[in-house]
Amino acid sequence: MKVLMKGNEALGEAAIRAGCRHFFGYPITPQTELAAYMSKRMPKIGGTYLQAESELAAVNMVLGASAAGVRAMTSSSSPGISLKSEGISYMAGSDLPALIINVQRGGPGLGGIQPSQADYWQATKATGHGDFQILVFAPSTVQEMVDLVSGAFDAADRWRMPAMILADGMLGQMMEPVALPEEDKSFQAGLETRGLGAAKPWAASGHQDKREHNVINSLYLTPDKLENLVVERYKRYEQVKAQEQRAEEYLCEDADVIVVAYGASSRVARSAVNKAREKGEKVGLLRPITLWPFPADALRKAAGHAKAFLTVEMSMGQMVDDVKLAIDCKVPVHFFGRTGGIIPTPGEVLERVEKLL
Amino acid sequence: MATVFQKPKALTSAPLHYCPGCTHGIVHRLVAQAIDELGVEGRAVGVASVGCSVMCYDYFACDMVQAPHGRAQAVATGLKRAKPENVIFTYQGDGDLAAIGTAETVHAATRGENITVIFINNAIYGMTGGQMAPTSLPGQITQTTPYGRDTDTAGYPVKVCELLSTLDGVAFAQRVTVDCVKNVNIARKAIKKAFQNQLDGKGYSIVEVLSTCPTNWGLTPVESLQWLRENMIPYYPLGVYKDVDAGVKKGGAAQ
Repeated sequence: MKVLMKGNEALGEAAIRAGCRHFFGYPITPQTELAAYMSKRMPKIGGTYLQAESELAAVNMVLGASAAGVRAMTSSSSPGISLKSEGISYMAGSDLPALIINVQRGGPGLGGIQPSQADYWQATKATGHGDFQILVFAPSTVQEMVDLVSGAFDAADRWRMPAMILADGMLGQMMEPVALPEEDKSFQAGLETRGLGAAKPWAASGHQDKREHNVINSLYLTPDKLENLVVERYKRYEQVKAQEQRAEEYLCEDADVIVVAYGASSRVARSAVNKAREKGEKVGLLRPITLWPFPADALRKAAGHAKAFLTVEMSMGQMVDDVKLAIDCKVPVHFFGRTGGIIPTPGEVLERVEKLL
Repeated sequence: MATVFQKPKALTSAPLHYCPGCTHGIVHRLVAQAIDELGVEGRAVGVASVGCSVMCYDYFACDMVQAPHGRAQAVATGLKRAKPENVIFTYQGDGDLAAIGTAETVHAATRGENITVIFINNAIYGMTGGQMAPTSLPGQITQTTPYGRDTDTAGYPVKVCELLSTLDGVAFAQRVTVDCVKNVNIARKAIKKAFQNQLDGKGYSIVEVLSTCPTNWGLTPVESLQWLRENMIPYYPLGVYKDVDAGVKKGGAAQ
């Protein structure tokens, strides 16, 4: 059965159904409804909703809860994510899983409160100081938000690294019919069977006099030791790249021009592709679902037959760099974007596409 | 042969890295002793902060988490909310707790988080080489107050126990020191009480320990203790600032 839900609320319900019982937040627009939803639901199911004194505190509460071995999350919007970057770096350096949701708004600075995709670089390349990556998922519908939340928690636990859902104000605020996963009574048992969630031998959950003490830490004053740890972590990232890349290919097989877009802008791009197809033009859409790892394999495959790519973003052009890198600039990669909270129209995208045909 | 004195079980055998005459070692022992006496090592989780005690995760034998600078009490909040049955403590210096972590401290306290906070006040940033701390005394010479702390430009020290005792969420706040056997005994009892309060679900308990930093004060260990007695104790009076059990609120009642 489908229910009509706002994106922000659907994210919250999906997290609860993925076994998350610990939410730490701080108010900011346009993620507002997510925290409000958690404050309503968590007390009814024995969970924790805590409104922290700051984004810094909230993300470090997530760090503490994750260190204790439970599924924990926080949500924010762009300026708040900048503050959370400290905790995200520490979690990455301590190999802690967590879910961070960014319902993006325009920037820089306070920017605006309308939808934006201007935090792509921050999410995929510099979520904090130091050598590290986090998993980044980019839903484009309310249903996909729900589906990606449990997948993001699972991947974070599997790889012991923070995961981010990179949404935006449009996806967060819009309502769509959504099928929620059933409340699974055997959920925790299921997690253990899959080697996720409950069984975390590394957690600082109290040694119960049964093992040596566990230490959750990111400080290594010996350069050799720190280098080795980072190198080991990057070997794990290579496995993540091999196993976690996801993208949707829509009408790409015979396409001369392929539009590359994720999240809200991919919805606009899909409309433009449909209009082009109605006119008999061979245009497709390649939609990254994971932004890190970037779906380079799908891009490379598409570069084998497409004559040109058009990257469409709600920013001044950030993902476009990764598209060029993925295909080694073997075919021309063009860019069209709007920023500051403006959503491009299908007509604008189609106009750019047709110039490339 | 009867053993009359030994290292607490809750301390590992790792050698401490602290400077000669530094009082961290004494306070580590008192914390470990409280954990031993209450029999909670198996469910204790400590939070190390940033500063000289950053590596105390190697010294305490319970599970440990190292927090970002100033965020120890936010991390402790997450640990406690996730596993309320566990015994959570933070071990923080003055820069961590009363400068960069002031917001985390005040809000963990006002929420009445059921945690135990051990606060080392030595009036200086030790690890980074002796800069002015939020608790450096007026006129105190440090690396960054070479002419003495001028209250016109650098403001006044933060009196943590006095500040926190105004908050309803705080169950227990006591300032102690470890300059002599008598005061070590008082500190031992205060730290144990701060842990016992958590076991009893009473809420936020903090013990502020006036401590020495011979290296960065530029004094010998013996001179440091004398400096602490002559300068710190008059500015930071010892005593119980809040105790919900005894109905003590503010004022720094004499012990």
